[in-house]
Amino acid sequence: MYSNGYIFRYAAIMVIVAAALLSTAAMLLKPFQERNVAIDKMGGILASADIPDITAENAIQLFNEYVKEEIVINQDGEVVESYTQSKKEDAKAFKLDLKAELYKKTKGLPYELPLYVIEKDNQTLYVVPLRGVGLWGPIWGNMALNDDLNTIVGVTFDHKGETPGLGAEIIMDFFTDQFVGKKIFDDNGAFKSIKVVKGGIGTLPDSEKIHGVDAISGGTITSNGVNDMLHDVLESYLPYLKKHR
Amino acid sequence: MSAEIKEREPLFSAKNIKLLKNPLNFENPITVQVLGICSALAVTAKLEPAVVMSISVVFVAAISNVVISLLRNGIPPRIRIIVQLVVIASMVILVDQVLKAFVYDVSKQLSVFVGLIITNCIIMGRLEAFAMANKPWPSFLDGIGNGLGYGAILIIIAFFRELLGSGTIYGYHVVPESFFEMGYKNNGLMILPPMALIVVGVIIWVQRYYTRELIEKN
Repeated sequence: MYSNGYIFRYAAIMVIVAAALLSTAAMLLKPFQERNVAIDKMGGILASADIPDITAENAIQLFNEYVKEEIVINQDGEVVESYTQSKKEDAKAFKLDLKAELYKKTKGLPYELPLYVIEKDNQTLYVVPLRGVGLWGPIWGNMALNDDLNTIVGVTFDHKGETPGLGAEIIMDFFTDQFVGKKIFDDNGAFKSIKVVKGGIGTLPDSEKIHGVDAISGGTITSNGVNDMLHDVLESYLPYLKKHR
Repeated sequence: MSAEIKEREPLFSAKNIKLLKNPLNFENPITVQVLGICSALAVTAKLEPAVVMSISVVFVAAISNVVISLLRNGIPPRIRIIVQLVVIASMVILVDQVLKAFVYDVSKQLSVFVGLIITNCIIMGRLEAFAMANKPWPSFLDGIGNGLGYGAILIIIAFFRELLGSGTIYGYHVVPESFFEMGYKNNGLMILPPMALIVVGVIIWVQRYYTRELIEKN
């Protein structure tokens, strides 16, 4: 039979071995993982601006090629930092934690937001990163605006663990393509955001159709999450957007 | 250990082959033992996560079976469940970290499901029922066999759910446009979890029809 002493020793050693193994693995793999996360982020920003043929291998190169300026703005829409040097992944804007900054906003604290300026076919595009909550976890994405800071050129979405076949469909083209050409301000310059409409935009009056897209059936909570994310994040950028329109 | 020299058993003896093959039918973890139903419902709306989940489960089941089998003579019975859980959890976290570092795309698709492997009853069930009492090699085969048995059912369910629910297979559209024009519609119910359970039920029915041994005597 095993004595209590043996059991305690066994448990202690087992826990130490498991902890050592896992922390070593985590430390050794961290640089690779961070690089992957950065590449993924770049890929998302580029994809929203509809830049073709992005792969994990060329994302950093394309990012440096297309992104002309990385801007940090504050809650009043003032430019805090503008980064135009060559190593774009070192910019403050790229390193800003959007989740933490949006959290500061909910607490009424001063916050800073990143904005990416992309130069593509002699066209200037502004990419706004997005972040919100879906059904099971965070959802995020990027929205590329035309130089009128109103018309959407493209969007991308991503999620941590939305339901496959339902909420997870927000990443699919049939959903994101709907955003192209939609406007976030109405003709009088009032902020409208983009509404994700359950039952489809057919239910909206004609004047509102330009500010809405169809929700995904069966993915109501994720669709609502996208709707809220768009509204909340774009609202944070309003001071800057209004100043520069 | 006795002093007499035991004849070495061949690696793939009839007994060992059975360990691999039985979980595919007679002792299938899902349809016969009814284990791992929770993840069978969660990841089968599409084929892709189902396939990756199956591969991960095969891997984790095999490795943790071997580890527990190696440790089996030293594990104090009173804390054996805790030891098994620590081994499984460490394995799963390790797999998750490696996926994140080297195959980020796959890791993104799997997202929370990798973590779900820890709670998969099949793995712990095999550790408790098999690896605790058998040598590493048979345990390894048992892990592979059960992982495959689980994976096979997962893939069958996902095939039907994706085909009828989304009209695609592995993300490719297979239902022709003309069908939709004629009024065919994807069945949204197939994507929801209850239909996974019904598909499992149908698979059990078909399996029992062809494998009469499984039918209870009375």
